[in-house]
Amino acid sequence: MLAFLLKRLLNAAFVMLAVALLAFMIFRFFGDPVEMMVNEQATQSDRAELRERLGLNDGLLTQYVRFVGNAVQGDFGISYRNQQDVMVLMAERFPATFELVIVATVLSLLIGIPCGVLTAVYQDRKLADGLQLASIVGVSLPSFVVGILLILVFSVTLGWLPAFGRGDTVDIGWWSSGFFTPSGRAALILPSISLSLFQITLVMRLVRAEMLEVLRSDFIKFARARGLPLSVVHWRHALRNCLMPVITLTGMQIGNLIAFALVTETVFQWPGMGLLFIQAVTFVDIPVMAAYLMLVSFIFVLINTLVDITYAYVDPRLRSDASVKGGVANGH
Amino acid sequence: MTDDVLVVEDLRVEFPTRKGVLTAVDGVSLSIKRGEILGIVGESGAGKSMTGMAVLGLLEPPGRIASGKIWLSGQRIDQLSDDELRVLRGKRMAAIFQDPLTSLNPLFTVGDQLVETIRQHLSVGKDEARQRALDLMSEVGIPAPTVRIDHYPHQFSGGMRQRVVIALALCAEPELIIADEPTTALDVSIQAQITGLLKRLCKERGMAVMLVTHDMGVIAETADRVGVMYAGRLAEIGEVEALVKTPRHPYTVGLMGAIPSLTGDVKELSQIPGNMPRLTDIPQGCSFNPRCSRHVDRCFVEVPELSHSGVACWSVDEERRS
Ligand SMILES: Nc1ncnc2c1ncn2[C@@H]1O[C@H](COP(=O)(O)OP(=O)(O)OP(=O)(O)O)[C@@H](O)[C@H]1O
Ligand SMILES: [Mg+2]
Repeated sequence: MLAFLLKRLLNAAFVMLAVALLAFMIFRFFGDPVEMMVNEQATQSDRAELRERLGLNDGLLTQYVRFVGNAVQGDFGISYRNQQDVMVLMAERFPATFELVIVATVLSLLIGIPCGVLTAVYQDRKLADGLQLASIVGVSLPSFVVGILLILVFSVTLGWLPAFGRGDTVDIGWWSSGFFTPSGRAALILPSISLSLFQITLVMRLVRAEMLEVLRSDFIKFARARGLPLSVVHWRHALRNCLMPVITLTGMQIGNLIAFALVTETVFQWPGMGLLFIQAVTFVDIPVMAAYLMLVSFIFVLINTLVDITYAYVDPRLRSDASVKGGVANGH
Repeated sequence: MTDDVLVVEDLRVEFPTRKGVLTAVDGVSLSIKRGEILGIVGESGAGKSMTGMAVLGLLEPPGRIASGKIWLSGQRIDQLSDDELRVLRGKRMAAIFQDPLTSLNPLFTVGDQLVETIRQHLSVGKDEARQRALDLMSEVGIPAPTVRIDHYPHQFSGGMRQRVVIALALCAEPELIIADEPTTALDVSIQAQITGLLKRLCKERGMAVMLVTHDMGVIAETADRVGVMYAGRLAEIGEVEALVKTPRHPYTVGLMGAIPSLTGDVKELSQIPGNMPRLTDIPQGCSFNPRCSRHVDRCFVEVPELSHSGVACWSVDEERRS
C-alpha cells in the first residue's frame, strides 16, 4: 500500500512539473513581460532594471526552477491588469467555482445513478425509453444553450430565479459561501443544473451499461436464488458493483467540470475562476492565465490521485496483499 | 407419494428464438424423496441446468416452462407468480451453483451475505441472525467462524467458498436443494469433501437434493438414484447401483463404458461415436438414433417414452417383451 501511494504521488508530481513547464513557457514567451508591465513613459533603463529585477536575464532553467519554486508557494506574481497579487485574486474566486462544481456533481449523482439503474432494470418499459431519450437530448445540447434556455424560462418568463450573479455570500475565514443565504442558494440552482446536465447523462449511461453487465453475473443469479427481493438484488448487490467506475468518472469529471464551468460562469456571470480567466484572456493578463492553468491542472491531478487511492478502499480485493492471502491468523 | 419433496411431471422448457422454438427440456418426469439425493448426469447442453432452473423459477427470459407440472411437498409451484416463487426460493428450495468464485458478491463479507439471507426468510434480530450464521459456518466445516465471518469472499479458498455457498443455501432449512455442478470448479481432492458434506447434510436434515453433474464418479459416490439426460430428455432413471452395474439404455451403456474406474476390471475404454445433436436439429424419433448401435426401425419414427422400469428405448422395450 505504501509503495502504491508513493508511486502515485511521484506520478502526480511529474505531471505537475510538465504543466508548470507549459505555464512557464506561456509566461515567458507570450509577448514580453516587461512590455506588459511598464507604462509608455518608462525609459530604457527603467525597463532594463525591471528585466533584471524579474530575473529575465538568468538562464532559462534557473528561471523555470524559480517559477516552480514560487508556484509551490502560491506565488504567481502580480496581475498586469489590476496590480493585485494573482493568488489573492484566485483565492477570492475559487469558492464560487468550487461550490458550483460540487453542487453540480452532487446533482449528477443524485439524479444520474437512479436513472441509470431504472433504465437498466426496466429495459422495455416506457419510463426507461423516456429517460433514454432525455439522456440523448442531454448529451447533444451544448451547455450554453441549456443555460440560456433556463434563464429564458425560469428568470425571464417565470421570474422565479435570478439570471446572474451569486446572490449574497457569507464569509467563513477566507472562504465566501453562497450556501447560507436564501439568495445565494437560489442563485446556485440554474447554473448548477446547466453545468450538471451533461454530467447527469454521463453518469446515467455509465450506470446503465455497468448494471446490464453486472446483472448477468453469477452472484446476481445466486442472490435471486437465495430469495432476495429484486429491489435488494438491484439496488444493493448490483448497484454496489457498479459504483467503482462511477467514482472514477465522477472524480475525473470534477476537473472537467471546473474547466467547463468557464462557459456556465460566462453565461450566468458567475464570479468564479472561469470568469476571471475569460477576463484575463481579453486583457492578455498572462500571470492570471498561467495561475489558472496551474491551479486547474493541480486540481485535476489531485483528484485523479485521490480517486486511485479511494479505489483501493472501496474494493477490498485491491487492499493490502497481506489480507488477500487471508489466513485465519491475520483476521482483524 | 407423501414422502416426495419434489415431483416433476412431463416438464417442457422452451426458448423461442428467431429460428423457431428450441426445446431445451422435453417431457422430463422425476421425483425426489426426503433425505434422498437424485443425481442428474448428461453431456453439456443436455438440459440438466435448465431442469433445475425451471424448478427454481429462475429461467432467463425468453426461456419458459411450456408445459408440465411441478410440486414442492405437494404444492403446485409451476404456475406461481414471480413474487410467490421468490418467497419460496431460499426458504423452501435453495440452490448451489457451479462456481463458488462468482456465486458470492465480492463487495460484501460472507457474514453480511449470510445475515441478509437469514433475515430475509426468518424473523430474527441482527444478533440472532449473526449467531445463526456462525452456527451454519461451523456446521459446513469452516474453521474459526468467528474470525472468518467478517472476511470477504476473495479471502477464502475455492473449497471454503463453496462451503459458504452451501451455508447460504441452508439459511432457512430448505426442503429441497438444487446443486448444479457444485464440485466441477474445484480440485479433485476438495470435490470429495464437498460431496461428502452435501451427503451428510442431506441425510441429517432429511433434505431432498438434486445433484446435477456430468461426472459419473461423483454420482456413484453420492447419489441414491440417478437420471441420465440426453438432448433434453431422460434416457434412463433408477437406483445408482443398478444403473452403474447393469445400464440398459444404449447411451447409459456407452457412458459407463467411458468411465474406467467404476467397472472394476481394466477393460478398453469405449467411446460413443458422434456428438449430441444441437437443439436446432434433433432427429426424428429417438434423438440418440444416429449414434445408437442397437436401433430398430421404430427408433426413427417414434419418440420412446420413459417406461415404468425407467428406460426410454424401443430396443430395450422389444427385448423385454420377447
Ligand atoms: N438463452 C438460450 N437460448 C437458446 N437456447 C438456450 C438458451 N440457454 C440455454 N439454451 C440451450 O438449452 C440447452 C440446455 O442447456 P443446459 O444449460 O440445461 O445444459 P446443461 O445440461 O446444464 O449443460 P452443461 O453441462 O454445459 O451445464 C442447451 O442446448 C443450450 O444451448
Ligand atoms: Mg449446466
